[in-house]
Formats: sequence, C-alpha cells, structure tokens
Amino acid sequence: MSNHRRHLLGMHDLDSADVERILETAAGFEDVVERDVKKVPTLRGRTVLNLFYESSTRTSASFELAAKRLSADVVSVKAAGSSVDKGESLKDTVRTLNAYKPNIIVIRHPHIGAAQLTARWSDAHVVNAGDGKHQHPTQSLLDLYTIKKRLGRLQDVKVSIVGDVLHSRVARSNIEGFQMMGLDVTLVGPPALIPPGIEEATGVKVSDDPESMSEADVIYVLRMQHERMESGQNYLPSLREYARVWGVNARRVRPGQVVMHPGPMNRGVEIAPDVADSAASLVENQVEAGLVVRMAVLYDLMTRPSMGTVIDIRERAGERGAA
Amino acid sequence: MSPLQTRVLLDADQIARTLARIGSEIVERHPDLSSVHLVGIRSRGVPIAERIRDRIKETTGVEVPVGAVDISFYRDDVGLRSGADERLGDHPIVGETILDGPVEGAMVVLVDDVLYTGRTVRAAIDAIFDYGRPACIELAVLADRGHRELPFRADFVGKNLPTQLAEHVRVRLVETDGVDEVVLIGGGGETT
Repeated sequence: MSNHRRHLLGMHDLDSADVERILETAAGFEDVVERDVKKVPTLRGRTVLNLFYESSTRTSASFELAAKRLSADVVSVKAAGSSVDKGESLKDTVRTLNAYKPNIIVIRHPHIGAAQLTARWSDAHVVNAGDGKHQHPTQSLLDLYTIKKRLGRLQDVKVSIVGDVLHSRVARSNIEGFQMMGLDVTLVGPPALIPPGIEEATGVKVSDDPESMSEADVIYVLRMQHERMESGQNYLPSLREYARVWGVNARRVRPGQVVMHPGPMNRGVEIAPDVADSAASLVENQVEAGLVVRMAVLYDLMTRPSMGTVIDIRERAGERGAA
Repeated sequence: MSPLQTRVLLDADQIARTLARIGSEIVERHPDLSSVHLVGIRSRGVPIAERIRDRIKETTGVEVPVGAVDISFYRDDVGLRSGADERLGDHPIVGETILDGPVEGAMVVLVDDVLYTGRTVRAAIDAIFDYGRPACIELAVLADRGHRELPFRADFVGKNLPTQLAEHVRVRLVETDGVDEVVLIGGGGETT
C-alpha cells in the first residue's frame, strides 16, 4: 500500500488550508443534518471501522453517526467484550479487522502512538480519535468550528486553556490547531499541571494567575483527568481546593466571554454548574459541531486520499470533473 | 504537442440572447409560472439561473424562485481517484444547497452551464429528491457539448457544441470570472 495514503493522526497532518477546507465542508453538512432526509450517498459502499479501546460517549457516537449519515457501512468494535478481553494484541486485532478491508479506521486507545501503529499495520486511512495524552485532532477541529461559528473569526481570538494541560490530549491538539489558525493561546493552571518548557516548545503564554482568564474571548476548560494521574503523585492538594482556586464559575465569567469544555464535565470541579448551563456555555454547540466536523473529516480523507497531490481546486473550478 | 488553441464560441452578446431565448421557452412551456422553481447547479448554474429569472421577469412580470444545489455529496467518484480516470477533477469546495421554497409538487428546472457526461445532472436529481418529490424536473443548459455517459437530454439548450473528447468547454461569467464568454480549449483538429 502506498506510503502516501492520508491519515489524520494529529493536527500536524494538516496545514491551515486543510483546516479551512474541512471547516467549510462541515458547514456544508449543517444543511444535511437539519433537513428531513439526513443522509447523503457520498460514502455508499465504503466501510468505516471504529475501534475504541477507551470509554467514550460523544466521540464514538458522533463518528458512528457521521459515517452513517454519509451512507458508509459502519462496524464499531469496543475493546470490552471483544477479543481484546482474551488478550489479543493491538497488532493482531488490527491485522484481523484489516482483512475486512475497511476504507477508514477510527481508533481510540490509551497509549500514545497507537493510531500511528494502526496506520502502519492496516491498508486503511486512519483517524486518531485520541491516543493517551498525545493527540485528539477531531476535537480540535470541532472546537475551531465552534469558535468560528460563534465569534465569526479565528484570527487573534484570545483563548485561555484552563486546568490539567499535563494529561490532556485535547490541550495538545488544541495548542497546535489554535496556533496554526492564528488564535492567541494562554495556558492557565497550577504549575504542577502545566508541562514544563511548553512556552519555549510551542510559543504559547503560560499564567499561574486565575484572574488572567478575564482577558480571554474564550475560556476553554479542561477536564481534570484523574484516570491519567499516576498514583502516589500529588498534583493537587485536593479537588475542593482546585475548584476554589481554578474552577470556572459564574463570578469568573464576564459578559461577552464564552466557555468551552470537551466533556465529560466534572461539575463542581473544573466547571461550576451555573456556568455549564448558562448562555455563555458552548458545550452543546461543541457536541453538535462534532457530528458535522467528523463527517467532513471522513469526506476529506476519501476525496483527497493521498498526500502531496492537493492542487488548489479554486483554480480548476471552471473544469467540472466526471460527476 | 502544439500549444493549446482557444476559440471563443459565444461572446457576451450571444450569451445574453441565448439566455433570453431559454427564458421565453420556459414561459412557453409553463404559461402558469406559479409552481416553476429554477435550481442552478453550483457553481456556474446559479448565476445562469438568476439571469434566466431576470429575463422571465422582464417579459412576464413574474419573479420565479431561484435555488442552488451543490452536488459534492452526491458525486459518483468519491474515493475512486486512484488515477484510473483522468477526467476526475479535484473535488471542489463544498457549497450550500439552498432551495427557495418547497420542492414538493414544484416544476423544477435544473440549470447548468455545460451538459457533458450527464453525471452532474444525475447527482443533482438525486440531491433534489432528498428535499422532496417534485412534480417534474426539467433541464436547461447554456451549452450541450455531447459525449453523454448517461441517458439524459436537456429540455432547453442554449447552443449545441459538437466537440472532441480532448477538448474543454469553459463557460466564463461576469459573476464568477469577470467576463461573459464560452470558449473551446485544446484539441486542435476538426471538431466532429
């Protein structure tokens, strides 16, 4: 199989033109998911395989629905209840499922690099739906889509990413994606939860002052990732203490600011219910965006299957192809 | 290989007269315009549909609705671009499908710039049906260049252009390209 097969393993697989195109395509799907017939025949006869080694509600549901809305055949495999329980290795599972010739494999896995290995071991286009604390690119795309839809722009939008950056793949993808699209990113949180050296590595600003959130257009609240914190490590004195100092509550959100959260929310820890359910919260908009953005990602991989051959189609728009 | 030859087939004046004629043919076929809905196929079908609407309004005083259909999600070549068919163009940026009023029971006139293989029309008809069940669908094109791959014909044809497969017909419009003209590019030999 060609080495040039396109994958979406991290935001580094995209440039700003790719992101713009995917966001435009997603906007085109808004109409499809609103109308009576919520399905288009685009991927009829293609197969999308969802392989989830970690719990997920919105990512797995939205990828499955996205593929179905595009008329693809969808197989969803969860590690729990599959041969993984019997000790099958990732490689054997991927090789086995590859025999069914999926066009796209969507994988979530607790270990960094699992998506990359899947790309190596299969003949499909691979979409990383989260690998450990590494990357979750479709989350970043849907966050960009949500911000653009609400604020009308991406350039120079000020975002404070607040909380557990250290354990967050969402933060890693968003730092990359937000900066690529010209947003102004500040990481806000207790120093123990901010990766050391990240300012130098990525060019973001870092603040250990909770008040600095008031400068932002968007307060992006991260989930406290208890399950990724190594036991015996004291990242925090207590969750109550964290909520008191860093929790985003109604007092902290000034008029005009919007609040985002990738979910699932720990209400009363990183985000207070009075914010989560307020008009400033874009959490439900993010979930809605997840469907159309994932449709756009599947569409983009199938319509531009290889790397390095992407021509600016606007130049050639005058020449209609075979369709 | 000789450099690509370009020949103007229709100039601005001829395009204007052709669209006026298509407008009056539509009026002739549908004396009652109340359920006629022009639907342009993106991208150049849309400005052509708008111009036909304007001509119809000039002669009858009736403004028929104009919609736009984007066929990106209905193409038959998604995922098939492994170089087998050179004519498979790049997938254009997805546009919105906007219909001005219900499709149910409407007399839809699809409008496009060039009728060629017929695959675009097939995709557009499939798209329309996902919005409702029209009373009928007709097809109006500025130019028909032949070489059909599906059994379609247009109800309203601006100009029949016999072409060779190696040639390209480009329609340029003021709205999208800054100039009104239909040109034939390439080929070199006699047209069939």
